[in-house]
Amino acid sequence: MEQHDHSSSPHDAPHTVSYVTYLLIWLALVMLTGLTVALAGVDLGRWIIITALTIASIKTMLVLEVFMHLKFEDKTFRLFVLVACVTFAIFITLTFFDYAFA
Amino acid sequence: MAIASAVPVSVEPDFYHTKTKYKGILGWIFTTDHKRIGILYLVTMLVFFFTAATLGVLMRLEMLTPGRTFVDAQTYNTFFTLHGIMMIFLFIIPGLPAVFGNFLMPIMIGAKDVFFPRLNLLSWWLFLFGGIFALVSVFLPGGAADTGWTFYVPYSVRTSTNVIPALSAAFILGFSSILTGLNFITTIHRMRAPGMTWFRMPLFVWSLYSTAWIQVLATPIIGITLLLIAIERWFGVGIFDPTLGGDPVLYQHLFWIYSHPAVYIMILPGLGVVSEILPVFARRTIFGYKFIAFSSLAIAFVGSLVWAHHMFTVGMSNTGMFVFSFLTFLVSIPSAIKVFNWIATLYKGSIEISAPLLFILSFIIQFCIGGFTGLILGTLAINIHVQDTYFVVGHFHYVMFGGTGFGLFAALHYWYPKMFGKMYKQAPAYISWFLATVGFNLLYFPMFVLGYEGMPRRYYDYLPEFQTVHQIATVGSWILYAGIVVMFVNLVVSLWRGEKATANPWGGETLEWKVPSPPPLENFDEIPVVTTGPYDYSKYEKAAQEVK
Ligand code: HEM
Repeated sequence: MEQHDHSSSPHDAPHTVSYVTYLLIWLALVMLTGLTVALAGVDLGRWIIITALTIASIKTMLVLEVFMHLKFEDKTFRLFVLVACVTFAIFITLTFFDYAFA
Repeated sequence: MAIASAVPVSVEPDFYHTKTKYKGILGWIFTTDHKRIGILYLVTMLVFFFTAATLGVLMRLEMLTPGRTFVDAQTYNTFFTLHGIMMIFLFIIPGLPAVFGNFLMPIMIGAKDVFFPRLNLLSWWLFLFGGIFALVSVFLPGGAADTGWTFYVPYSVRTSTNVIPALSAAFILGFSSILTGLNFITTIHRMRAPGMTWFRMPLFVWSLYSTAWIQVLATPIIGITLLLIAIERWFGVGIFDPTLGGDPVLYQHLFWIYSHPAVYIMILPGLGVVSEILPVFARRTIFGYKFIAFSSLAIAFVGSLVWAHHMFTVGMSNTGMFVFSFLTFLVSIPSAIKVFNWIATLYKGSIEISAPLLFILSFIIQFCIGGFTGLILGTLAINIHVQDTYFVVGHFHYVMFGGTGFGLFAALHYWYPKMFGKMYKQAPAYISWFLATVGFNLLYFPMFVLGYEGMPRRYYDYLPEFQTVHQIATVGSWILYAGIVVMFVNLVVSLWRGEKATANPWGGETLEWKVPSPPPLENFDEIPVVTTGPYDYSKYEKAAQEVK
């Protein structure tokens, strides 16, 4: 396994995130969860799914970018995650668009 | 594939004879060498394959006469469920990537191992545990699961059989698959030898790369879905069961969002094997390399969007059906591109008949029959008529078994000398190919007729007018099984009795043929520098032209 050359990997670049940032992000996540729960009680009709998924996506982005350090990674990784997200979005759209026509 | 400096003859012992940290069996089950892990997968996978194939033959035996022949309806139900689960999750999904991908992919790209060797071992352990769970579910009180490999709700939530252990098996196996996919993507990105550009990679590696993406992206969905069933069974939460306020159609969506791409996890590596073997035995540079490489990615992508074609009779909207039918037709384009390129590769080649090539030729024809019947099934009006009939059983066996299964047999005969350092006997290999091909077609072709005439799948009984055709299929299953037995007896006996294989018995040009058979522990004494593409047969082509 001596082949790996980590020296140029962005992993080694020192990147620290302050505790304050982590705390703020955590608070944002808690608030967004609160918002989801609150909205569950409001009758939004068909929009409920879209609203819930949008909030969930924002939360996911925050976790990926900050907690999982995606914002420090190089382009390839970001592209990979983008591919995963887009595929997932297509899955969800294709599953639910049928309900709109049913 | 030319490399800058000739690979020196290795003085290292082969990987079977290299000293390992642990001795004996422990040296295998705790190994992190990708080649040993490949062999571990091969052995475990074959055990499951033989168990499941035997169940298949027993099912066919039951169908010899209408009514009860030797098992009752419930036993038949558990037979096809177990057969399906084992064949899908324990044989055909891990088959090519985990066995041949593990053993060969690092060598083919000029690396010493995969990027995460320990994760690789973990994948195998998960695979083993998943398999054991599946087997244990048979013997626990409650009886083996009887839902079919699809676990459709609401029945899977209500049946008293051991659905949870069977689900857990599929869940654990899913993790194994994800980890292998992750490992392969990383390895292919990070560990290619100098000069091994993307378009110098062998096409088998391209197909593994596309497959790995599906494994990573789609498998988590089945994991969560199976977990949701377990939650519904344990806690009575209404997710899928309509009496609890759930939606059974949602289950089918979630199930097929994974399981349809999984069909491409099964077939893509098979397509890769064809692209690997054909040029070697036609002594021709593969026709349309880039088209084949990109068609793998296109199949992976479009194939991920067609899942609802399994659900044309659940009451989807017309618009939904139209869209999914259209997308289904689209997948046939990249598949056809491959077939045309293969045929063009054979055209004017100096074809040398051999066991691997024969299996590949059967593959191409059977894959085409499977593909065309797939188009028939994708047509909305006909689908309603043949949904859940033997037509479907015929179709998927043609693709999965006639395609990938035969691809696996071809791979086994092609890479056997490399993996074991021995040559097998040719005559029994030809006989096994002949028996397997004749038996296969005799077994599955009649199923199209049965299905079209209205014989439903998953029934242990049938109307008397179907008897003759059913009996033809049953006889086919015996011939097929005999072919498989001859094949494996030949391969196993040759491990001891076979002649020693040279480094490159077939005249292959890819990197695995430049290292000794079997390869040393670290594959290469020195990492090679690659200077040309993988199928450089120009010297043969020139010679062939001069002869003319
Ligand atoms: C010796 C070889 C085989 C025989 C004799 C065989 C036979 C059968 C039979 C009789 C059925 C049940 C038909 C029904 O009642 O609906 C069946 C179902 C099935 N087979 Fe095979 N098969 C063989 C190999 C394979 C292979 C290699 C695969 C996969 C790669 C496979 C995958 C399946 C699946 C997924 C089902 C559906 C199970 C279900 O309905 O839940 N089979 N097979």
